[in-house]
Amino acid sequence: MVFGLLKYGLNPRFHPKEFIKESRDLKPSYDVVIIGGGGHGLAAAYYLARDWGITNVAVLEKSWLGGGNTGRNTAIIRSNYLTPEGVEFYDESVQLYKNLSQELDYNILYSERGHFTLAHTDSAIRTSRWRAEVNKHLGVNSEVVYRDDLAQMVPLLNLSEDVRYPVLGALYHPPGAIARHDAVAWGYAGRAAELGAEIHQNTEVIGINVENDKVISLETNKGTVTCGKVLQAVAGQSSEVSRLAGFDLPIRTIPLQACVSLPVKPILDPIIVSGSLHVYISQSDRGEFVMGGSTDPYPRYQTSSSLDFMEGLMGHILELLPFMGELPVLRQWAGLADMTPDFSPVMGETPVQNYYIDAGWGTWGFKATCVSGKRMAETLATGVTPKILEPFALDRFRTFDLVGEKGAASVGH
Amino acid sequence: MKIINCPLNGQRNAQEFVYGGEVEPHPNPHLVSDDEWASYVFIEKNLSGKVLEWWCHVPTAYWFIAERDTKLDEIFKTYDPSKIFKERIDFLPPEDSSKKTTESAVNNMHNTDSIKKNTTEGNS
Repeated sequence: MVFGLLKYGLNPRFHPKEFIKESRDLKPSYDVVIIGGGGHGLAAAYYLARDWGITNVAVLEKSWLGGGNTGRNTAIIRSNYLTPEGVEFYDESVQLYKNLSQELDYNILYSERGHFTLAHTDSAIRTSRWRAEVNKHLGVNSEVVYRDDLAQMVPLLNLSEDVRYPVLGALYHPPGAIARHDAVAWGYAGRAAELGAEIHQNTEVIGINVENDKVISLETNKGTVTCGKVLQAVAGQSSEVSRLAGFDLPIRTIPLQACVSLPVKPILDPIIVSGSLHVYISQSDRGEFVMGGSTDPYPRYQTSSSLDFMEGLMGHILELLPFMGELPVLRQWAGLADMTPDFSPVMGETPVQNYYIDAGWGTWGFKATCVSGKRMAETLATGVTPKILEPFALDRFRTFDLVGEKGAASVGH
Repeated sequence: MKIINCPLNGQRNAQEFVYGGEVEPHPNPHLVSDDEWASYVFIEKNLSGKVLEWWCHVPTAYWFIAERDTKLDEIFKTYDPSKIFKERIDFLPPEDSSKKTTESAVNNMHNTDSIKKNTTEGNS
């Protein structure tokens, strides 16, 4: 065994696959520059190359790939939204995710688990029914289930009525899934680089030169690059980067905290979410319980965790899944979420010509990685915003045409 | 940030407070364009660094202004809104705005109504 390892380890024929070429110097000019090397930016780079043949592209990442919110979310993928705009958009993402491992030739550990959004009040049951009907109308599999169904489908769930918030039923969404979030970023990065896109890590944009309302070039810590078009995909720092380009956004940066437990053998198959209690929990393929809660009560640019969050989250989790009391928490962290007034993203054109934005993802950006990458690539390549993105234009905050999406996430509202 | 120094109640646990948005000038809705009004309602500065914000001590329903650093998550200074909002502002239609505003400004220095108006908007 040891010798086998040594033999293959030292054999030059079996050297590890190099995903991204070693970083070179920046070229003086690119057709498209993508600011932000997270899932969304890398996906856009990949689809620009695959669908539109645009490969003179640079992705600029100030630290390492997927080191921001891509690596901090709780990796849930679903499309059981409330508005037709939301359902249509996220369903496209779910469809892309399903084949992503195959397409990228990189296992993202996509695992379809079924997704339960618990309802603790009559009004929550009514909303669940509403969401289920909108979903079914648009061809998305969702159904309302009640206590007797839940007892069979999730035997671990505490259905006692002798608790603060007894469970009355749930919105069941069978296609709900989880995936390995880092792998999504790496998979896209690898394929995009293979198709010709350049990925520059440790490259921070420090200035954006705009002339006559048109973006001309970017100042980075590694020099100036002129660019045809720019895509900003820097969740958490969106306001700060857009300010460099000269405009403000309807976004507050609010941390969202999450944690994982000690890994144990697989005991919880589905993803359990409670919108009223601000709780979501699933068991990863590693066996860790991944848990998340509500966004923090006020904005800050900081990723530290707090005891307040842990207390609030655990109070509810122990009531829903009492066995969790046996498990210690292993890690706790926070990501910076872009919160918009209508809990919907901001995508497409900006006041600056040739400068496109992909922001405002709040607490639900990971599940949209594929579709936003694909559609933003289309927007950049054609210069026309696709119909599916129209409801999410930045302009809606000027015309008071907000998206009424309250099914956006289980948190924050 | 675990303790906040409330100008009215002294040092209190941070959980007793709610955030109320950035302090920004309230435009007169009768005089500004729709665009300017929309921008007042929705657009945020969302600065990484030093900011000026509304906070409320919930048990006493007392609104005040705090200087905070969003990167360090530290409040440096808190004070009563009267330090910034020195006179009452009435948002009246253009025809009588000049008359009334001056009049009321003289009569209602430090009136809490203007503070409430601002906080409601900041909180939206």
